[in-house]
Amino acid sequence: MIELNEEYCKGCNLCIVYCPRDALEPAEELNEKGIHPPVEVEDRCNGCRLCELICPDFAITVVEKDEEEE
Amino acid sequence: MNEEELNKAKKAIGEEYQFIHGDTAVAYGALLAGCRFFGGYPITPASEIAEKMAKLLPKVGGKYIQMEDELGSIASVIGSSWTGAKAMTATSGPGLSLMQENIGFAHMSETPLVLADVQRSGPSTGQPTLGAQGDIMQTRYGSHGDFAAITLSPNNIQETLNYTIRAFNLAEEYRTPVFLMLSADLGHMREKVRIPDEVETFERKRPKVPPEEYIPFGKGEYGKEKVPEFGVFGEGYHTYVTGLTHDEHGFPATDDQQDHDKLIRRQVEKILDDREELTDVEKRSLDDADIALVSYGITSRSALGALNKGREEGKKLGYLRLKTLWPFPIKEIEELSKNVDKIVVAELNLGQMYHKVKEHADKDCEIALADKIGGEIHSPDEILAEV
Amino acid sequence: MEKKEEKREVEMISAKEIRDKYLRHDMMPHIFCTGCGIGNVLDYTLWALEKEGLDMDKTVFLSGIGCSSRLPGYIDVDSLHTTHGRALAFATGVKITNPELNVIVFTGDGDCMGIGGNHFIHACRRNIDITVIAVNNYIYGMTGGQVAPTTPEGDYATTAPYGNLEPAFDMSEMAISSGATYVARWGVKRPNQPINSIQEALQNKGMSFVEMMSPCTTAYSRQNRMGSIEEFWDWYDNKTILAEDHERIKQYGSEEEKEELKDKIKVGVLHKEEKKSLSERIQELIEEVQV
Ligand SMILES: Cc1ncc(C[n+]2csc(CCOP(=O)(O)OP(=O)(O)O)c2C)c(N)n1
Ligand code: SF4
Ligand code: SF4
Repeated sequence: MIELNEEYCKGCNLCIVYCPRDALEPAEELNEKGIHPPVEVEDRCNGCRLCELICPDFAITVVEKDEEEE
Repeated sequence: MNEEELNKAKKAIGEEYQFIHGDTAVAYGALLAGCRFFGGYPITPASEIAEKMAKLLPKVGGKYIQMEDELGSIASVIGSSWTGAKAMTATSGPGLSLMQENIGFAHMSETPLVLADVQRSGPSTGQPTLGAQGDIMQTRYGSHGDFAAITLSPNNIQETLNYTIRAFNLAEEYRTPVFLMLSADLGHMREKVRIPDEVETFERKRPKVPPEEYIPFGKGEYGKEKVPEFGVFGEGYHTYVTGLTHDEHGFPATDDQQDHDKLIRRQVEKILDDREELTDVEKRSLDDADIALVSYGITSRSALGALNKGREEGKKLGYLRLKTLWPFPIKEIEELSKNVDKIVVAELNLGQMYHKVKEHADKDCEIALADKIGGEIHSPDEILAEV
Repeated sequence: MEKKEEKREVEMISAKEIRDKYLRHDMMPHIFCTGCGIGNVLDYTLWALEKEGLDMDKTVFLSGIGCSSRLPGYIDVDSLHTTHGRALAFATGVKITNPELNVIVFTGDGDCMGIGGNHFIHACRRNIDITVIAVNNYIYGMTGGQVAPTTPEGDYATTAPYGNLEPAFDMSEMAISSGATYVARWGVKRPNQPINSIQEALQNKGMSFVEMMSPCTTAYSRQNRMGSIEEFWDWYDNKTILAEDHERIKQYGSEEEKEELKDKIKVGVLHKEEKKSLSERIQELIEEVQV
């Protein structure tokens, strides 16, 4: 599962491009900043954490599913 | 500085009475004041200060480094000061010109340091081995922007030693760079000096609050109100130090007129509020004088000769020596100019302090200039010629 | 064995924990443009700090002036944001004064190799025990895209409107020939190599230099038509070759492969040697002559 800090995200889309599982896609709607932030595609993420590291803006955190549910 | 450190310094320096030149006196004074870092770059006529420090500092556990240029030497000194050491550099005109950018950084970041400038003739490479007083304005206005300087100007070797100690104390007390002005003649002239037994030193005020509460560029809590406490690197304060305009916490605040105004006014006022306390002049024969000789540094020795000769000839001369050049002794000059008809300013340049004296003197008092350049000091007659 | 345990623990720490521990959140979001790699350099550095377990009370960051030199402001630590090009000279004063501090410098290619070139080669020569992380984006980013001493010949910049006439400096090669004892170069696209390398750099007791090739998506990319952010990032990646592979091809490769090498930039650990650092030698001198 990914968590996005929309305040930090600048919309470079590098996470979407480099995710090996195509687990992210741009949001359909523009947000307040005028960008399409990444949204997660259901059930694809394997928790590799690449997006977390490749994000230049400290905007993504990968969390384990159950952690999220708790 | 504690007893043990002082004893170490005295042991490294040696005999109580020594026949030394001005450059050596600077090194001795620095050691006694607790200076434990010197970043230098060789230049005539200041090299002997670096040479002495290279020899003496390791003996007292201090660090000496010869940097790649003067841009680097002043930078290393600022870095060292933030790491907690009393630190200094020494140079002459060409080096002082190179240092100007980081002198500005030291003002902006309120970094204590001492800079000894053994002046030579300029501009440019000029007369490397010959003395001058052409860098006076550079210590006051050399870097860009607004700041206030503290600049001291001794005229003999014992005073050079004592004023080096004073320079460190003022740097620590006001969190500011302090300039110590010599000239080639003073730097290379020898006189008998006594190494003081007791030395009074000032240590910069450190924060007593925990890091979360520490405000590195705000109000001083238990020293001077406009001088904030200094959180040394490595002690957990996590200070961000920048040459950008910053807020009280040290973080960039570059867009707002008010932020800049507040910061710079405090930095300037912390020194100028204490103008009276900081300024120091020597007066002779002024009680009945009609004409006053105003001078500083090595030139004051010629002025003293002129005073004595003039008095013998029956002229009602007086003498005022500026021991602190900056902040400028406004009150003393105002008073003086009301009591005499004429002031003769003698200096080894084409008129620098002359303009300052003129600015603050009574309009009815005539101000004359006994200027001289070329690396020779005035003869008393050359000063008397302007009387 | 023990080391392994430690490593596992580190891997368990979440990005959120890292950020909460090291970042000054009140300074975020950072000032870097969309798709700029400077943020990644910061992120990789934070991971390396965590892996190495450096005490942030005993660590000082320094930087000069430029986009890349704004990095220390985002880390909760003592730091000196100095003047353009001079960070290494300030750092020399810090390290010598208190050799127990870990001293890390962020710099840019213009800051380090242009205005600060003299301090750079002398810091390497002295083998002063500091870690330099240099962001090389081939251009003066902060001032709007002027030509840098690292800009490849023929590239465009606002002050090289007809293409750069000058040959470029290779910062890492310069570090090696000047005496640095750990030198590595990486791109920002592959996180793990630079993280491990910065950690090695922190461990080296001497001058460590890590060059991070980082895409400037505004000033460089626009003038040199590097395409989308993604294309630009890929270009950087395709342009590089691991130093080991480079060496292998040079020795055993076909003529064709050798020809291709000409266009490639070597990445990897480029140099490693053991040599006493200046700070250590000064300490030894003091022990010897102290009264
Ligand atoms: C003495 C001085 N000269 C010029 C400048 C203007 N200046 C600010 S940043 C910069 C270039 C920085 O380039 P680089 O180091 O490559 O960093 P980048 O912004 O690309 O990360 C220049 C020339 C300055 N601040 N100080
Ligand atoms: S953690 Fe890996 S798989 Fe999951 S979204 Fe990020 S890059 Fe894709
Ligand atoms: S100008 Fe270039 S280097 Fe500077 S933040 Fe923008 S993309 Fe990065």
